[in-house]
Amino acid sequence: MSGGHDPNGAARGAAAGGRRESAGRRRGHTRASARGLSAGRLRSAGSMLLALAILVLFLGAWELYVDLGAVDRLILPAPHDVARALAEDRGLLWSNLRVTAGEVLLGALLAAVAGFACAIALHPWVTLRHATYPLLIATQAVPILVIAPLLVVWLGFGIAPKLVIVGLVSFFPIVVATLDALGRTDPDLTKLLATLDASRLRTLRHVELPSALPGLFTGAKLAAVFAVIGAVFAEWSGSSSGLGHLIQQATPQLLTARAYAAVVLLSLFAIALFGLLTLAERLALPWTRNPPGGPDR
Amino acid sequence: MVRTREAPVMEPRPISEPIGVRVSQVERTFGDRRGADVVALRGMDLVAAPGEIVCVVGPSGCGKSTLLELVCGLQRPDAGSVEADPAVLMPQRDLLLPWARALDNAALALRVRGASRAAARAAAAPWFERFGLAGFERSRPAQLSGGMRQRIAFLRTLLAGKPVLALDEPFAALDALTRQEMQGWLAHALEAEPRTVVLVTHDVEEAIVLGDRVVVMSARPGRAVADLAVELPRPRRRTDPKVIALRERALVALGVER
Repeated sequence: MSGGHDPNGAARGAAAGGRRESAGRRRGHTRASARGLSAGRLRSAGSMLLALAILVLFLGAWELYVDLGAVDRLILPAPHDVARALAEDRGLLWSNLRVTAGEVLLGALLAAVAGFACAIALHPWVTLRHATYPLLIATQAVPILVIAPLLVVWLGFGIAPKLVIVGLVSFFPIVVATLDALGRTDPDLTKLLATLDASRLRTLRHVELPSALPGLFTGAKLAAVFAVIGAVFAEWSGSSSGLGHLIQQATPQLLTARAYAAVVLLSLFAIALFGLLTLAERLALPWTRNPPGGPDR
Repeated sequence: MVRTREAPVMEPRPISEPIGVRVSQVERTFGDRRGADVVALRGMDLVAAPGEIVCVVGPSGCGKSTLLELVCGLQRPDAGSVEADPAVLMPQRDLLLPWARALDNAALALRVRGASRAAARAAAAPWFERFGLAGFERSRPAQLSGGMRQRIAFLRTLLAGKPVLALDEPFAALDALTRQEMQGWLAHALEAEPRTVVLVTHDVEEAIVLGDRVVVMSARPGRAVADLAVELPRPRRRTDPKVIALRERALVALGVER
């Protein structure tokens, strides 16, 4: 049967023509994406330079403020004091970072598994979902500052209460983001699948889950940031190690530079997590990136 | 999100006695958001013999999509009866899965019935050349033109293996040039793979060029106001005086012209 005319101007239908057609498409694709790549790289390099410039400006202003004597160095250390603390205390900071990082990663992973499982379980049954949604919201409504010490009383000083707290703060964004994404499946697609005699399970696996992945990643990115905050609060409530514990100890000793150094490390850790998740998202969801030029464009 | 999906109208009919599509005095009402009732169809009749292509034309909102969903068993009529062989729906938008490659999209019907990925791909692959899509098996929908996407959507519809195809304005999303081309292409495709087809369109010429019969629907509440037999040899040309004459009759029945 005669094939469709492709605006690329390539041959129609015949196998050799098909090969010519696809080669032309690939060539055009490479040209377009090469163009896009250099423009995009230029843009992202420019924005990185801008971010760097803002950071330098901010640090400069901070340094000036402290050096001109406006505030006691013990109360607000200058950036170079923080940098020195980062260098001098690096063994201490690093070992405590590992503890906190472990709490964050393990707690967030548990929350991700539980959250994902709950979302899949709740999605098909509307009544169950409407019944449990208020409970889900309740997990967030109670402030961590209140429940954390209570959990420490119950579970002790070990890693258990920290995992529970980190898990609690991470659970909500993942469940809600995934559940919402699952619910936003195109209803026309659901109708189509019904006429294809697809079972509930197969619809979930082939259509709903892949389309919910972007939502899951959004939830995961939020959860990662919340998890770091949660870990710090958990350590403040009862811990013998970790960066949160370090800050708690350093502040009354007026080792403020060390405390700030710990804060810097925590921030960098959160940024790194976010960045890793963004990278993972780009690898796992190649279709959500801007499409390269196709035959039509 | 509350999903309303009703059970299929009836058990699958053994295909040893195909009946095509028989819609008889069907009525279907919806409640709209403000609680008022919207009567989509009332007294609608439609008959398609096995292997026949029936094109349904009507103004917007006349219940054409509802009719197709009734034929596919996605809804039950409030009154009247719908008897049809198993039908598969080809919705207005191609609804190709953006994360899947063309071959996997085409083979979706097989995958959701439990075929392995390899078996599904093997079944779909030979069709790509026949449909002029050779070389694009591994492309994602975003890289394909509108015409190509519709062809893959049609292939997906065919590979569902059902005797009745319910096509909902399949070319509405395409530009005028591609649409004309795709109409010719579909006519060829259906000649090679005959099915019972109920094709809904707002384009009267398309209906006459493609259909064995053209059913004209009234505005809401929709019912059939004319049933024109198109007994012309294929391939049909828009400029053929007989086609033009039929078009006039259809437009008169639609109330667009006197």
